[in-house]
Amino acid sequence: MSDAVVPRGRPAWLSRLASWDAAVILVTIVVLLVASGVVDNFGTGRNYTFLLLDLLPIALIALPMTFIIVTGEIDLSVASTLGLTSAVMGSLWNAGLTIESIIPISIVLGAILGAVNGFFVTMLKLPSLAVTIGTMALYRGLAFVVLGDGAVADFPRAYTSWVTGTLGGGPIPNVLVPLAVLAVVFGVVLHATPIGRAVFAAGASEQAARFAGVRTGRLKFWLYVVCGAMSGLAGVLWTLRYSSARADNGFGMELAVVAAVLLGGVSIFGGKGTLPGVLAGVVLLAGLQNALRLQDVSNEALNIVTGVLLIVSVLLPNIVSSARAALRRRRRRSPSPDPGALAGIEQ
Amino acid sequence: MSRRFLTGALSAATAAGLVLSLTACGGTTKNDNSGSGPAQSTAAANPNAATKQGVKMAFLPKQLNNPYSDIEVGGGKAALDELKGAYKLVGPNDASASSQVSYINTLIQQQQDVIGIAANDPNAVCPSLNQARSAGIKVVTFDSDSAKDCRDLFINQASTQGIGEQLAKQAKDLSGGSGEIAVLSATPNATNQNAWIQVLQQQLAKPEYANLKLDKIAYGNDDDQKSFQEAQGLLQSFPKLKVIVSPTTVGIAAAARYVSSSSYKGKVAVTGLGTPNQMRAFVKDGTVKQFALWNPADIGYLAAYAGVALSSGQITGAPGQKFKAGKLGEYTVGANGEIVLGPPTVFDASNIDKFNF
Repeated sequence: MSDAVVPRGRPAWLSRLASWDAAVILVTIVVLLVASGVVDNFGTGRNYTFLLLDLLPIALIALPMTFIIVTGEIDLSVASTLGLTSAVMGSLWNAGLTIESIIPISIVLGAILGAVNGFFVTMLKLPSLAVTIGTMALYRGLAFVVLGDGAVADFPRAYTSWVTGTLGGGPIPNVLVPLAVLAVVFGVVLHATPIGRAVFAAGASEQAARFAGVRTGRLKFWLYVVCGAMSGLAGVLWTLRYSSARADNGFGMELAVVAAVLLGGVSIFGGKGTLPGVLAGVVLLAGLQNALRLQDVSNEALNIVTGVLLIVSVLLPNIVSSARAALRRRRRRSPSPDPGALAGIEQ
Repeated sequence: MSRRFLTGALSAATAAGLVLSLTACGGTTKNDNSGSGPAQSTAAANPNAATKQGVKMAFLPKQLNNPYSDIEVGGGKAALDELKGAYKLVGPNDASASSQVSYINTLIQQQQDVIGIAANDPNAVCPSLNQARSAGIKVVTFDSDSAKDCRDLFINQASTQGIGEQLAKQAKDLSGGSGEIAVLSATPNATNQNAWIQVLQQQLAKPEYANLKLDKIAYGNDDDQKSFQEAQGLLQSFPKLKVIVSPTTVGIAAAARYVSSSSYKGKVAVTGLGTPNQMRAFVKDGTVKQFALWNPADIGYLAAYAGVALSSGQITGAPGQKFKAGKLGEYTVGANGEIVLGPPTVFDASNIDKFNF
């Protein structure tokens, strides 16, 4: 898998990348290649289109979720934000607004819903898990108040066909373009700017980060706003893709997002993670699901696979790091390290 | 500092996303929307074409592990066994609007010949169903239709008219042709129930029903306890009541349970739409003489036969075309590609033990 014995002297980010995230990226590539070779109809252009369309909303929300989980917080209200955005879209469309004004309104609405989370978490210092479980129920409830259990479907064909369409009729969906741009933006911000460093610092030790001059409260507040806006954008694209504005859209998706982020090597305790790893986690979960379904594997078996993967992804880094610690202790005692000792653990 | 950067990044990201997600066209509102789906296939049907063997048909119910849809697709499996086709069952564990889409996509990739689907949302499944059709897959909806322009045929379990007439006939038979009746419905805004009750009322206005009087339409909200209380209330308010007609499986069971445990047992008839398994005990103990429902197994059976007929080129989905559906006999495609299963099955002491759903 990856070389676990990291010589001292490498920069921290590189050694991190050389471990879990690289492993996830590698596993993802292997899974895609094997599935393309073994699973009938997996490696076709059309199937990759379906795969990318299916993972789009999860990937969109996983970007800001990575930031939030790295700071040691969580946002479980994202799927309900998506649903409420979708419901509001439907009712505004029924009210006769133009789609061109509804789309920005929806994204701003998402940002406002995120700001509510941010306010409770940062100004009132409430635990984010409790706050966002609360707003998860609240926003979903509001969505049903706004639209009931009906659906609005007559969105303009120009938009719906763009969202479901592909670049020049090839395998790449149109919506991959905004996703790719946003992924680059988020990746650069997280890994190459002071903001990113502040995010890691806040996650590693909030106290230390504060002493170092990072305004952690303000930082987290804006992360929630961005996360809400992205959930709103995901809601817009979801609604247009399925040409169906409904209050129950995206139900249960928050767990898929968190699962992908954790699988991608982000520590739930904060302070650790890379965006490429997260994107690989998203692709890995979606790719496995797609491939297993093509093989007619039942939903139950699929859930079992996902669950085992998640547990392994949480366990493995811990096993590796405790093994490393043991190795270091042994190294201090004996002059000759034994790199083979780890190989067995990592298989 | 960090705040400025973040707001900058946020607006930049949002702007980029917006610019990219907006295609170049002026304000579009609900009113200037005119979308028409792909035209119905214009290929000519050949009623004498041979029935294809080995047709691959996949059933995609609203959700898996639901007793009702299990029976439906069971009927589909039986039909495909008769037709020497290949049956497949896939579906989500939750009946949400969009969950069926990725299953349809999988079926497209697997190059099925026919998809039989009970749509959770008439529109959410549309784009992928049309993708399936342009890939040469025939689409048959059953139980709950998709939008008309994304499928070839819809198997309708019962016509509104047929159900309403059946309810009126039951009320007349069980009351002996005259007397007071009441309706115990689901919610006041339940589309199906309201449509059936409307037909029932139209029937009651006809001369042959002149001696029947509808006292009240009560609503049990498809909640067992509320339906039970409403049934109780009806009998207390209208002592001369002869029949309670409940066009909902929850209502009929609750009303029967109340009547069977009260002094009204044997005096007041309970009828309507119910499933044999929930009503069996009440039929056996004499509380309920007869009730009706379409047979879910027949829905799946007919869907499979229709799918294979489409796949064989015997029909294309145009009105007036005829095909044979095994033990159910011959069917004709109606307007909008709808095929009505037929009058509901009437269950009574003589046949109830033949059904298990």
